[in-house]
Order: sequence, then C-alpha cells, then structure tokens
Amino acid sequence: MAVEAGAAARLADALRRFFDGDIWYSFTRSPVIIVSAVITALFVVSAVFAPLVAPHNPFDLASIDLLDSFIPPVWLADGDPRFLLGTDDQGRGILSTIIYGARISLGVGFASVLFAMVLGIALGLISGYFGGTVDAVIMRIADVQLTFPAILIALLIDGLARAVLPRDFHGEVWFYVLVLAIGLSFWVQYARTVRGSAMVERNKEYVQAARVIGIPPVLIMLRHVLPNVMGPVLVIATINLAIAVITEATLSFLGVGVPLTSPSLGTLIRVGNDFLFSGEWWITIFPGAALAILVLAVNLLGDWLRDALNPKLR
Amino acid sequence: MSGAVQDRLPGNQPLLQVDRLRIEIPNRRGTLLAVDDVSFHINEGEVLGVVGESGAGKSLTGSAIIGLLEPPCHIAGGQIHLAGRRIDNLSYEQMRRIRGREIGMVFQDPLTSLNPLYTVGRQLTETILTHTDLGEKAARARAIELLQEVGIPAAAERIDQYPHQFSGGMRQRVVIALALCINPRLIIADEPTTALDVSIQAQIIAVLKKLCREHGAAVMLVTHDMGVIAETADRVAVMYAGRIVEVGPVADVVLRAQHPYTAGLMGSIPLVGHDVEALTQIDGAMPRLNAIPAGCAFNPRCPRAFERCRRERPELQPVGATQAACWLYDEEQARPARGSGTHG
Amino acid sequence: MAEARAAAPGEAQTLVAVDDLAKIFDVSPPLLNRVLQGEKRVFLKAVDGVSFRIPRGKTFSLVGESGCGKSTVARLVVGLYHPTRGTIRIDGVDMASLKTRAEIAPVRKRLQMIFQDPYASLNPRWRVAEIIAEPIRAHGLMSDKRQIAERVGELLTQVGLAPADGEKFPHEFSGGQRQRISIARALASNPEFLICDEPTSALDVSVQAQILNLMKRLQRDLGLTYLFISHDLAVVYHISDMVGVMYLGRLVEWGQARALFRRPQHPYTRMLLDAIPDLEMTGRHRIPVAGEVPSPISPPSGCHFHPRCPFANERCRSEAPQALATVAGEVACHAVEENRLPDSAPRRVPAQKPL
Repeated sequence: MAVEAGAAARLADALRRFFDGDIWYSFTRSPVIIVSAVITALFVVSAVFAPLVAPHNPFDLASIDLLDSFIPPVWLADGDPRFLLGTDDQGRGILSTIIYGARISLGVGFASVLFAMVLGIALGLISGYFGGTVDAVIMRIADVQLTFPAILIALLIDGLARAVLPRDFHGEVWFYVLVLAIGLSFWVQYARTVRGSAMVERNKEYVQAARVIGIPPVLIMLRHVLPNVMGPVLVIATINLAIAVITEATLSFLGVGVPLTSPSLGTLIRVGNDFLFSGEWWITIFPGAALAILVLAVNLLGDWLRDALNPKLR
Repeated sequence: MSGAVQDRLPGNQPLLQVDRLRIEIPNRRGTLLAVDDVSFHINEGEVLGVVGESGAGKSLTGSAIIGLLEPPCHIAGGQIHLAGRRIDNLSYEQMRRIRGREIGMVFQDPLTSLNPLYTVGRQLTETILTHTDLGEKAARARAIELLQEVGIPAAAERIDQYPHQFSGGMRQRVVIALALCINPRLIIADEPTTALDVSIQAQIIAVLKKLCREHGAAVMLVTHDMGVIAETADRVAVMYAGRIVEVGPVADVVLRAQHPYTAGLMGSIPLVGHDVEALTQIDGAMPRLNAIPAGCAFNPRCPRAFERCRRERPELQPVGATQAACWLYDEEQARPARGSGTHG
Repeated sequence: MAEARAAAPGEAQTLVAVDDLAKIFDVSPPLLNRVLQGEKRVFLKAVDGVSFRIPRGKTFSLVGESGCGKSTVARLVVGLYHPTRGTIRIDGVDMASLKTRAEIAPVRKRLQMIFQDPYASLNPRWRVAEIIAEPIRAHGLMSDKRQIAERVGELLTQVGLAPADGEKFPHEFSGGQRQRISIARALASNPEFLICDEPTSALDVSVQAQILNLMKRLQRDLGLTYLFISHDLAVVYHISDMVGVMYLGRLVEWGQARALFRRPQHPYTRMLLDAIPDLEMTGRHRIPVAGEVPSPISPPSGCHFHPRCPFANERCRSEAPQALATVAGEVACHAVEENRLPDSAPRRVPAQKPL
C-alpha cells in the first residue's frame, strides 16, 4: 500500500513538474503546434480504433457493393450521405479506406522508427562509450550505409525478400520486410547522434562517479548515459516518423510495398492515380491530402520539439 | 567626437556616473530584478573593483554600461553618464560607436573574444582603421607597438599568427591590446584573470595596472577574486543580491570591512600563514533572484541581524572611510548596547 | 622524484603508497592521417614518475598549474585510468594485482572521489536520494528499502542538508549544496580515503569556506584520509598536512605543509608562493614570473622548469634532477643541491601548528 501511494505521489509530482515546466509552457504558447498535435493525435487515435471510428469496413467483402462504386463526395451532385468523401472503383468509402490506410501507414512508420531507434541507440551507445576499434568499425558500417539512399535499400530488401521467400508467403511478411527496409535506412542517424552525446556524457563527472563506485559499463550506459541522450533521439524519432510514412507511401506507390489487399495511404494514391484523369479525382486526392496533412503535422511537432528541448533557443 | 577623448573633464565630474541603475529580466513567471538601485562612479585614471559572488549582478552591471545586455534582460531604470553624456538610452548604432571609441572591453575567456579565423594583426589593424584616421601602414605599426606594450615577445613576427597559436596568457594580452587600440577612456574588465593560472594572473594584473597608469584610462574591474581586487583596485564596491552593500577605498574595505557580508566574505578566504581550524563561514547561499528576502537581502544569513533588518531596506551611508548599507550603522542603532564591540 | 621515504616509525601508518607512477597518453593523429600524411605518433607524458605516501587520517595535497598532471594522478589513484608505469598500493594492496570485479569491489568501497564541477557530477535525471543510495546498492551494503532511506537521510544530515532534500532533483540546489550531495554520495560506502579533485574551485569563496569546513569536520569525525588536488595555495595551506608541488608531470618538491610553505626550496615553489595575491595589503608586490607552462607534449629537456628558472645553468638543461632530502621533505633541483640559490627568507608562516 505504502509503495503504491508513493508511486502515485511520484506520478502526480512528475505530472506537476511537466505542466509546470518549460516544454508545456512553450507548447501552450504556439497555436500552430497545438493544431499539429491535435491533428497527429486524431490520426493516431482513429488509426488505432479504426474499426470503431470508420463508417465502414472496406475490407469486409460482405459490406461492399459494387453498385456503390465511383460515388462522388457528398457535397457534389450524385453524392451519397453514406459516403462522406465518395467511393472508389470497388465501392469502398474513401473516408474508411483513408482511416484504415492511415492505420497501416502509421503502423509501418512507428514500427520502423522503433526498430531503427533500438538498433541505432544500441550501436551508438556502444560506439560512444567504448570508443576505439569498436567505434571505428561501427561508424565505418554507418558510413557505408549512408552511401545508399533509403529508397534503394528498401527496394533491395524488398526485392531480396520477394526472390528468396515463396510468393504466397509475401502476403504475410510484407509488414516485417517494410519495417526492416525502412528501419535499416534510418538507424545511422540515431547511432551518430547517440554516439556524439554519449561521448560528451561519458566524460562528465557523474559518469566518472558511477565508474568510481564500480557500476558495470552496461548499467552505466543504460541508467546514466541513455536517459541523458534521449532528448535529441526523440526529436529525430518524431521527424523520422514523418519520413517513414512518406517512404512507405513511396514504396507502396511504386508497387513494392503494401499489397493491394490491405492498402496503405500510398497504395490508395497509386490506385486512385489511374482514375485521376477520368474524372474521379477524389479517389486519389483525399488520401494524398491526408498523407500531406499528417506528415506536415508530425514534422511541425518535430521541429518544435527540437527547439523546446534546446535550452539555448528558449 | 574622437577629439573629445583627450579632453579633461571640467571640475570634479567623474568619468562614469551610474545612478540608481535597475536591470530587469522578464520571464514567464514575472519579472526578476537582477540589479536594484545601483549607484557608483569612477574617476579618470581610477580602478574601481566590483566584487561579489556569482549571481550578485556585477557582470550585468558591466554589460549594461557597454550596452551589451542580452535580451530579454534590459535597463528598467536609472541613468548612466560617460563623461557627462547620457549613454543608457542611445540607439544600438550610437552605442556601437561609443564602444568603439571610448569604452574598451576585456572578457574572461580570451578565446571567445578573438575571431579564430583572422590573424591577431588583422583584428588589431581593422579596429584601429575603423576608429582612427591612421592609414594601413601606420595602423600595423601601431598594432605591433601595442602588442609590445602588453608584453608579447617578438611582436613583429607574432602579429601574423592566429589566436590559437597563442597560449592562454598571451591571448589575454592580445585582448587587452585590442581593448587599448582605440585609446579608450574607460576599460571594463570582466573577470580578466579568472581563466588563467596564478603565475599568469600576476603578469596580466601587472600589465593592466601599468597600462592604466600610462594611458590614464579608468578601469571597472569586475571579479569574484578579492586578491585581484586588493592588488589592483583603488576603490572597491561589494555587491550582494543585486545591490551594492559596501563601497570605499580598497584598503579600508579589505582590512576593515564594515558590512557584515563583506566581513564574512573576507573571513572566509583562506590565507597562507593563517592557521585556523575552521574558516569564518557565512551560512546559507545567496538568495535566488525570485526569492530575495524583504528588508536587507542579507538578513537571513547575517549573524548580527535584528528586527529592523527584516523590515526595512538599508541605503548606503558613510561609515568611517567607507559607505555601507547596514542598519548597524544607523544613528538610531548606534547605542552602545548593540554590537559596537566586535568590529574595530 | 625517485622515492619518498616511508613514514618513520612512530609516525602514523601509511594508507596510500604511490611509487614511480606514470601515465602516458597516446594523442597521435588517427591511423589514416599517419599513413597518408606521414604524421608521427605523439605521446603526452601527463604524469612522469611520481611517488608519495599518505599517512592514515592525513591530507596530502597536490598543487600546480593547469597541465601539470595533478588531476591525472587523482584519476590514476582512484582507478579511472590505468597507470603506464608504477604502483599504487592502498593499505598494502597493490591495485594492479586486482583483476576481477569481485577482487576490486572491496577496495573500491574504501576509496571514493569528489569532483570539481558540482553541476556535472550529479546525474540531472536522478533524485538526490537515488544518487546517494547508488553506492549503497552497488556494493550491496543494505538491501532493505527503509534501511537505505534511513541511511540516506543520515548522510544528508551529516553534510548539512535535510533528509527531505532527498526527494528533490539536483537542479533545485545551489552549487555549494550540490557539492554537499556529492560528498554525501562519496561517504555512502563508508570509505576511508577520499580523492578530492579541485572540490572547491568552482565555488564562490563563502561557499568554499563552508565546504572546506565540512571536509575538515568529516575528516576529524570519520578519520578520513584525503588526497586533495588544487591550484589554490591558500586553500592547500589551510587543508593540508603534506603538500606536493607538481610541474609538467613531475613532483618537484614535497613535504610537511607548514615547513614547505615557510621555507620553499624549489624555484618553482617559491614562484608560486610569490604569485599569491596579497590580501593583507602589506605592500608586497607580486613578482610576476616570466613565461608560461610549456606544452607537456614536448617538455623541455633536463629539469622541465629550466626555461622559466632564473637560476638555470647547463646542467639543468641537460640532466633531470634527483630528489634531495630537505627540512620539510624532498626537493628535485640542481641549484638546491649545488647550493646556488639565494637563501629564501622565512615566510610569514608559523613553524608549528598552534594549539
């Protein structure tokens, strides 16, 4: 009981600190950031709770009627109140496909950023804390990695997966292939940032104090160094999320990403592209706009976070 | 205006007169008063030491005089006169000209005061060319002369080197030469020896003293080091929590401090040859700017504080050879019963 | 210096014995630059053959200008660096002989360090109580939560803070208070030997007095032994029983503090003492000494101090001086050996400690 009360008090204390702190203050002072945060939150919440939020389930074949295809948005003539943003060639509601598409886009985005973060932080910490040959080897690998553009790596891994794995199998592993492809092209950034910060922190006296006490290196890295290098990592992660969503969309647009059976925003844009000049513009424009708004909002958040976490700009 | 540099001031007018200076730092929780009602003057050819612990407001006072307060920090009241001319309300451009011609600056870290991309000679000659009528050749000759004056050996060769090729002590000499090349009437030196080793400190102090003797410039020496003040200053102002608590001739302040804070500060400095088991200790720490106590700001730490100290704020008043802001020396309090025995 | 004599019988027992300690850092340019641009390997002799003894319960100070290697000695003794040469023995145990973590731990517990910068020596994201409890947990001294909390409160009280301060974060404290927290952490494992690397040089003088008084009190109460690193001779005089003066990686003179300050032998010690600002306003002028400390990467030949020494001759330029016994301790200077130095007038330092 006492321990629980203590934990609750600590949480309350931490919350009070946060709402009293400079970051929350800077947040409340910029309307653009509040709007960006609200938009991002809307996307995330509706993506997570897609089955509850979306008017229809576009992947439930039973609920799709081909007769509903090519209905324009509701405010146009021939619009149907059931489909707010109109329907596509198969009679699926655009709004619903966007919500389910964002779910996949954000899912791939979060997962690949997480993958890149864990890999990058681990390699960066090791590199920065131990230095020497280990550092040199990791950083040369990072250099090589940087010479390939992200899309190229993604295409390579995707192609490899398709060649090696049986065709049917791809339908099940595409998610991991995408996460691996996008994540691998991001880790260098984390590794370099963490390495730089870790090298600075390693020489600070509180880390030396921990060494004098006799704390093992792994624990020093996790307990002392890591929490103090997370600031810049969070900034990169936020901005990377936007890039990951775009990369996924690009790959899907090129046809090497998410399969048509469970379309992401990128797939939707590609599919809609075919109808752009035949008059059914809404099939591609709305997913495109959704993607642009999401990426812009996340990017603005990332930029703000960078400034808010940088004491020099406060 | 440049001709004015050599003019003598009429009568006993001080070169720099600061009256009731207030410096505020607005932040989101309100406005902090970093310097509160500070008045002092510096005469021509005089070295005024401004001493205090970190956060006392001494560096801000120096920055306010040269017009280099970093926003949102700003002057919120009071006046600053240099040679009879008010300078606290000038535009940035006007102030820049005054900084260029009449006030020289020496900062703590000589490395950040010099541009690492230009040779020492280029920085000196450019400053001389901008602010005087000398030609290119004459400016270079003047630069070499200045470097010799501040004690840089082989100045004619070293003038074409970059700042990183100089050692810490030599760099600080270059900064002093840079401050001198405009022939300023006032030099503001902010912790000029703090980053240097003791043996180099002595050299730099010797250079500073010699130069103000020879050039007749007044110096405002801002430092936390009482030793540097004792060796260099003519008069000294002691600051605490944004106010001057004691000001007077250096020997009187150092040897016969009147204000309990100054006395405590002096007692807390260890001396070679003085065997004490424990140093005099002022308990607590200087208050943060958002929690300055009412009355005398020093009262919670003062061993001799009494009721009035907690209520009313003392102003500077003459005590012996110095001035101190302390109720102990108010006429009403000067009863024999109260604390006249411990000082003297 | 060749060797500092072990404590004579009857004197306090030696706790720390350092012999011929050396640390050479490799500051060469990266391999690629060496291969492509033909650059040479560069070594920095930060510490070059330093020997001293610290009796139990006493304070030994190392003093010198920046770059003299005094902080490197502190880090070698505490085990943050591995010596290139020489031995460090703590209570008779050779530190180099301890290989495994299990072997080192019991010795680690007995020595702790206090750092210079109170703003960098505490993890900004940890609460004070967690910071102070870290050594207790790491050495497994206690496991019961309530017991640890009690001990942390006790330590905070011991350094002049309140037990409730443990709930706060470091940024809520002033520099002096942080240094107290640092000291509390150092005391948490009940050490007997504290290595103090310029513990007061980042503090204001009034706060410095508080910390020095605290350190003296703790030494008296807990019987601590200090290795104290400082550039401030007055602080060193105040806190030390014995003093070593370092110049460019070598100990040029060491001895009993009072005797050394009263009759300094080495020209460098004399110069340092002359450079102390005169706070008593006796009218004594600082004697500025020409020159600055040369680069430790290419130190001068012979006696490292010869380019700045007014008494240097040919021998000083070619031959490194050996240690000679003095009234206070030992000195390494040819001029002292050859009796070439003008007699230094006794300084205003009492010969004996009063009381």
